[in-house]
Amino acid sequence: MTDRHGVGADAIDWAPANPPPPPAPEAGPPRRERRFGSVETLAVLLVLLVVFRNPLADLISGARLQTWTTVFVSVLVQAAPFLVFGVALSAVIAVYVPRSFWARALPRHPALAVPAAGLAGVALPGCECGSVPIAGSLIRRGVTPAAALAFLLSAPAINPIVLTATAVAFPNNPEMVLGRGVASLIVAVVMGWLWLRLGRADWIRLPHRPDLDDQSRARAFWSACRHDIMHAGGFLVLGAAAAATINVVVPEAWLQTLAADPVLSVLALAVLAVLLSICSEADAFVAASLSQFSLTSRLVFLVVGPMVDLKLISLQTGVFGSAFAVRFAPVTFVAAVVAGTGIGWVLL
Amino acid sequence: MNRQAQAVVMLLFGGAVLKAGVTDIHLRYVKEELRPFLIGAGLLLVVAAAMTLWYDLRAPRPETGDDHDHGHGHDHGHHEPRVGWLLILPVLGLLLVAPPALGSYAAGQAGTVLSADTSASDYPPLPPGDPAPVTLLDYASRAVFDDGKSLAGRNLQLTGFVTPGADGQPMLARMVLSCCAADGRPIKVGLSGDTPISVPADTWVRLVGVYTDRTGTDPINQATVPYLEVRAWEQITAPKQQYE
Repeated sequence: MTDRHGVGADAIDWAPANPPPPPAPEAGPPRRERRFGSVETLAVLLVLLVVFRNPLADLISGARLQTWTTVFVSVLVQAAPFLVFGVALSAVIAVYVPRSFWARALPRHPALAVPAAGLAGVALPGCECGSVPIAGSLIRRGVTPAAALAFLLSAPAINPIVLTATAVAFPNNPEMVLGRGVASLIVAVVMGWLWLRLGRADWIRLPHRPDLDDQSRARAFWSACRHDIMHAGGFLVLGAAAAATINVVVPEAWLQTLAADPVLSVLALAVLAVLLSICSEADAFVAASLSQFSLTSRLVFLVVGPMVDLKLISLQTGVFGSAFAVRFAPVTFVAAVVAGTGIGWVLL
Repeated sequence: MNRQAQAVVMLLFGGAVLKAGVTDIHLRYVKEELRPFLIGAGLLLVVAAAMTLWYDLRAPRPETGDDHDHGHGHDHGHHEPRVGWLLILPVLGLLLVAPPALGSYAAGQAGTVLSADTSASDYPPLPPGDPAPVTLLDYASRAVFDDGKSLAGRNLQLTGFVTPGADGQPMLARMVLSCCAADGRPIKVGLSGDTPISVPADTWVRLVGVYTDRTGTDPINQATVPYLEVRAWEQITAPKQQYE
């Protein structure tokens, strides 16, 4: 951790600065001859899975469980390319892009860097799974956390693919596209500024990663890829399982009873956006199909979804730590609901 | 989880994604357009796994004091992501279970997708042929928003699966995806005339019928459900692309 001009990043609690409590007793005295390690565990697990393949398949033959499995697998299949390419891009940022680049690319003053980073989100065509590790890498490379967070929030919401999808889904309401872009950008910038005012650097716990400073760039790159895929991927699995559960358990009929009330409908769709965790490139089509709901409540759905959802909360917990996620997600949720409602009231 | 185990998990996950992308399995879960990205992501995962194994087996990392410890231990042990074990689940789901595309159960859970937002202002003539093949979404839009003007006088062929309606009568349905199965929603068409009552839900059928002005309402979202007057039907195997 040498010279860096980025504001705030130095103060971040690099987790093991004071060494963590000694590893669990199982690690015990270092016995480095063969012991039953994770490769062996994995091998046994896989053998068991193959042996019990048929009973397992029978177990999930019920219609509801089968639907759950289909949705779970499909969320992961859909997210896998975005996650993998996002991780690769973030590894490039972490390993190959010099720190000095960010100091030059972003305005020096953090209050100006926030909107600049928010607008830069336009350039990342992807959905939210990819932007979390990228934001982590940006902070690691000295970008002020407030700017990285603005980027984290805006990139999945205002990139051209998502806005085009929104335009296609609402052919009769082009103002939805404008509303979505404006409201999302406002939330991203406000959250960045809010972080400058109130954020505490020690809420973000980026794991210490000496491997990123490896002399061999290639080794550092692949090490970063491996770590982020395993880490973010694991949290993505958790998020996908939660989203699949909601998808199967909450019947749509419940929602329809809420659609009539202007206030309840906004809140219902905001919560639904969090629970369903739909990819930001697809959520416009879902919003379009919720036709009993007001346009404003559907705009809130589109603003909240890419910024706060189960999958994202899980990913953010993994990348930034739980102290961050428990504060950031609820505040972002409120900001997104307010901005979405306000813009909807003005535009729609 | 040490690096070798991580490499194996990545290899399996990459292999599963690659297999789904190369075969038609991905059509059960996502849109066809995602295919090149799935293949690319699968390959990248496999390469990442290979590179991890390569670096781990070839040389112990020089900067760690405890250098014969291949990641079992202390230099990184605290941070080697244990949550990565969960990636076994999608591997299991894709390679061993490979659940089918959404069907009747999902169709019964959600309201029909037909909404005013998807209506085009003008409907082009139907494709040639007798019967003319139309998708459920196309039939429903023409029937509801165009009062069936462009459907009148034609024999129509619709393909979908059978799902029980609220009144217990069979309906024809198909799931519509915009991105992945998590956003899959049904499009439903009611059936009158010679209806395939005898077949169980989720059976795929090809119907030939004509437009009727009878409509119903989906109890879930109060959307209009058009009907088709069925003249003939046959049971078929599920098509490769089950979504519309």
